[in-house]
Amino acid sequence: MATFARLADMFLLRKLGGAGLEYLYRMGVMGLFLLKAFFYVFIPPLKFIRVVKRVHFIGFQSMLVIVLTGGFTGMVLGFQGYNSLSKFGSEAFLGPMVGLSLIKEMGPVLTALVVAGMAGSAITAEIGIMRITEQVDAMELMGLNPYRYLVVPNLLAIMISLPLLTAIFDVIGIFGGFLIGVKLLGVGTGTYFGEMASYMAMKDIMEGVYKSLSFGIIIVWVCCFKGYYTGVFTGFGAEGVSRATIQAVVLCFVLILAWDYFMTSLLF
Amino acid sequence: MIKVEDLHKSFDGNEVLKGLTLEVKRGEVIALIGGSGCGKSVLLKHVVGLMKPDRGCVIVDGKDLSTLRGRNLMQLRDRLGFLFQGGALFDSMTVFENVAFPLKEKTKLSDDLIRERVFQELERVSLSGSEHKYPSQISGGMVKRAALARALVTDPEIMLFDEPTTGLDPVIGLAILNLINACHERFSFTGIIVTHAIPKVFDIVDRVVMVHEGVIRGDGTPEELMDSSDPVIQAFVGNEGAA
Ligand SMILES: Nc1ncnc2c1ncn2[C@@H]1O[C@H](COP(=O)(O)OP(=O)(O)O)[C@@H](O)[C@H]1O
Ligand SMILES: [Mg+2]
Repeated sequence: MATFARLADMFLLRKLGGAGLEYLYRMGVMGLFLLKAFFYVFIPPLKFIRVVKRVHFIGFQSMLVIVLTGGFTGMVLGFQGYNSLSKFGSEAFLGPMVGLSLIKEMGPVLTALVVAGMAGSAITAEIGIMRITEQVDAMELMGLNPYRYLVVPNLLAIMISLPLLTAIFDVIGIFGGFLIGVKLLGVGTGTYFGEMASYMAMKDIMEGVYKSLSFGIIIVWVCCFKGYYTGVFTGFGAEGVSRATIQAVVLCFVLILAWDYFMTSLLF
Repeated sequence: MIKVEDLHKSFDGNEVLKGLTLEVKRGEVIALIGGSGCGKSVLLKHVVGLMKPDRGCVIVDGKDLSTLRGRNLMQLRDRLGFLFQGGALFDSMTVFENVAFPLKEKTKLSDDLIRERVFQELERVSLSGSEHKYPSQISGGMVKRAALARALVTDPEIMLFDEPTTGLDPVIGLAILNLINACHERFSFTGIIVTHAIPKVFDIVDRVVMVHEGVIRGDGTPEELMDSSDPVIQAFVGNEGAA
């Protein structure tokens, strides 16, 4: 009986160890994937037309949703900020509060989450389907590098579009806060914008830009990786693609929020 | 030209290839036959380096595939054509763009010349008129023919066909085999044709190789295999088994 228990223990241990190793291995593969993607950014030829198409795909198609989310976020911030600040009689600081929250946190994070959910999941599904229908293999057999055609254009395109989308989000959000704070709740226009301008520094804006750039890299990294390894790591067929897509979006969300915390607490 | 030695491959404990050895000489075309799921596609993918052997080696044109990396591997692949069992056409491109893609990306030909080449190749597989359709808009047989055109358009030295005629009607199927034969006469590639088109394919190949349970069960000229006394081979190529 004791030996049996020992055997069972060993079996469990081996299973745990195996799972741990497998996990480490996958993380290694994922790290290499990002390195390779960056490597091919700098090795010509660059597929310029593909980059432009991807900017349209990632940037332009998410615009309406970004405008809506930005507007409502700003309006909510207007309400909540006014509520809290009026308790201390400092409604005058509504402008900087809305502006700083948007530019440093809400803008980059929410934009990244929206883009991860829209463009990111589409990227995973697209590459995943190409993988299971052997289109990626076909490309490789033509002597063409799949990274150059499938990953690099997305990487460059998101590094162009995400900061721009974030800027749009911020501006619309600030306007939403203005609508609520100034037009509805009666803070002065001059106070709202004047205080905002005096409390906001270039450093705050750059913090937002750095964040959105790094979120963009996270999105393309995770989503391309999950698509590229559909089949091997997630199982084949339509189910494999759907699993890869879900995993990609979830992992993007977690990494974006964790990385946001990390950047905020350590780097700024 | 192609040499496979003692090739072993298993997937999750399921051993598919169990020490398979095969040689194809320069300019030779062989037919690879065997039951569904016996590992024919897996073998072809090893020959082009899409899969890595668990044990054994694959030598193409004197080079061990497992030692080739990056540029060298790409150079080898430039001389190689592969017809996937499922076609593997790029589904975001039209038939024309698919066939033109390898020429556009790998050669410096002018757009006019590429156009001419592509239309010529599409004509050969009788797909003229469908060049602006997307892969999802054409039938399975047409997908396969478009994929064949894409594989042949670069005049490769080594051609691997994974079931070029499966899913086609007999007339088109025969036309495809004749096309493969004509291409071979034109630029005499070294070829492996995976097929169930027995005995039609026997007219255009030099040798027939049968895979069974992970190893080569029969290897010889079409006549030799048809006269074989091995019941497994007889079931496949014998007069009763002909399909
Ligand atoms: N990528 C893969 N992962 C796991 N199993 C595979 C893979 N590719 C092929 N197999 C298995 O290998 C066996 C042979 O497949 P295949 O070579 O496609 O057969 P066929 O001779 O019909 O072309 C099948 O049992 C299949 O399930
Ligand atoms: Mg097959």
